Amino acid sequence: MNPFLRFLSELQDITLMIWSVLVGLTKSPRYFKEMFQQMDLIGVGSIPIILLTGFFTGGVLTLQSYPTLAYYGGQSETGMLVTSTLIRELGPVLTALMVAGRIGSAISAELGSMVVSQQIDAMRALGTDPIRKLVTPRIIALLLMAPLLTVTADIFGIMGGAIAGNQIYGHDYNVFINSMRNGIEIEHIIGGMIKPIAFGFIIGVISCHKGLGTTGGTVGVGRSTTNAVVLSSIVVIIADFFLSRVIQTVLVTRY
Amino acid sequence: MDSFDKKISANEKTNRPDRVIPAIEFRDVHLSFDDKKVLDGVSFTVRRGETKLILGRSGGGKSTTIRLVLGLLKPDSGQILIDGEDITNYSEAQMMDVRQKIGMVFQEGALFDSLSVYENVAYRLHEQGVEEEEVESEVRRMLQFVDLEDAIEKMPSELSGGMRRRVGIARALVGDPKIVLFDEPTAGLDPPTARTICELAIKLRDLEDVSSIFVTHEMQNLGYLCSEYATVDNDGQVIFEQEGEKLCLINTEVIMFRDGKIIFSGKDEELRRSDDRFIQRFINGR
Ligand SMILES: Nc1ncnc2c1ncn2[C@@H]1O[C@H](COP(=O)(O)OP(=O)(O)O)[C@@H](O)[C@H]1O
Ligand SMILES: [Mg+2]
Repeated sequence: MNPFLRFLSELQDITLMIWSVLVGLTKSPRYFKEMFQQMDLIGVGSIPIILLTGFFTGGVLTLQSYPTLAYYGGQSETGMLVTSTLIRELGPVLTALMVAGRIGSAISAELGSMVVSQQIDAMRALGTDPIRKLVTPRIIALLLMAPLLTVTADIFGIMGGAIAGNQIYGHDYNVFINSMRNGIEIEHIIGGMIKPIAFGFIIGVISCHKGLGTTGGTVGVGRSTTNAVVLSSIVVIIADFFLSRVIQTVLVTRY
Repeated sequence: MDSFDKKISANEKTNRPDRVIPAIEFRDVHLSFDDKKVLDGVSFTVRRGETKLILGRSGGGKSTTIRLVLGLLKPDSGQILIDGEDITNYSEAQMMDVRQKIGMVFQEGALFDSLSVYENVAYRLHEQGVEEEEVESEVRRMLQFVDLEDAIEKMPSELSGGMRRRVGIARALVGDPKIVLFDEPTAGLDPPTARTICELAIKLRDLEDVSSIFVTHEMQNLGYLCSEYATVDNDGQVIFEQEGEKLCLINTEVIMFRDGKIIFSGKDEELRRSDDRFIQRFINGR
């Protein structure tokens, strides 16, 4: 099959999967237990890495931008710069990339090994729809957890920025917090929440699709895991560009 | 004694017209993967209470045939009927109902790794939302049937190959399906364990009136399934007896696949007498 046809058929599979998820939502049984398990795994389990990522990203933002701002005499605006960069861009994107690495790989490896060991077939043979039992709870958990993790990353990023400024450049906390308030605007917060929801969806759909599409035994599991992480990271970054533009035009009228 | 009563009632049913409808029927089924023809015009029937042994080289399309019965795959052309119902064009949702009356034993057991033995066997009942008390007694009954009550708390990773296979059988038999599919249930097992699994299949056939497909490529299994039958003796114990001069088993037949076609269908005696080179090599290994 040529690459273009393969792309189309994969797109078709993904669309059908999303459709089955949506149709499944309207009928019982709904697998709440699985959903809470996944939320715990994705949400609580990711907090340490998200915390560290956020903290040091905020720190490095201050570290790099403070001298430049100081050159123009604008060092008092460091808080605003760090905050708006985090809320608009780095918080959602870095969180999504960490989640893609940690959760996307876990999802596709788990589903992939269930495919190659015939557990998915067994599930269908026993009368359960694997989409509803496995895919839907994971996607919903990601939709709910990605924004929460992003907020966590944002908060710890701002803290990291403030602490780095204070410890390295002797920047006063009160100045930082005052200027931070100017950096928080409602449209950016809305935009910063829309993005992680979209990214969570992208990661969930791609990882589940790659996992369920595994062929070729244990080697295939490794392959689909790699593909899931690489593809969802790339799609997240591309989607980020277009989402930013849409949010800019729709919500932020100033530009 | 419970099973014995069932057997009598099963025999009474023999004259009823619904006995005439086969449990499984394939009509000229074709299936290819990409360019590779896997099934090329396969037709056969499995009557009620009959066991069909499927022989054939690995890669010969045996698992594919079983997957077609469950609707896990769809054929390119031809028809598949379960209890007289044409399931060929059934949607996944419609297949879910059909699958309720079929039990499937997978090649390697295909147990759910993340669930304990108890939860694996209970899977179908949990999905149906059955009361936990009822689930527990049913799970214990099934594990007793495969002689694995001690393993109830274990996880699949702690089990040996033979135990995994038996848990797989217990899981497939929950809900007393009238059709059971075995995909190489004895592959890679030691002879006594393989024998135990064949005995389970014989018990299902003779005491529970189950129709089944039994895929294997071990001639030993063929010997057990085609020449022994299970009955209940005066003490209520299940015993296995050899068919003899007077009594010849009619509820077990063999079909053999080669290159996606059925090249033999009939009794095991006929198979052994066949002068086909392929069949002789399959039986004797040379
Ligand atoms: N999903 C699939 N995609 C492509 N080829 C397959 C698939 N499933 C089975 N095959 C091929 O079909 C043939 C028959 O497989 P199978 O029915 O598993 O054989 P066996 O008789 O050993 O059980 C094999 O050559 C296998 O490679
Ligand atoms: Mg096979």
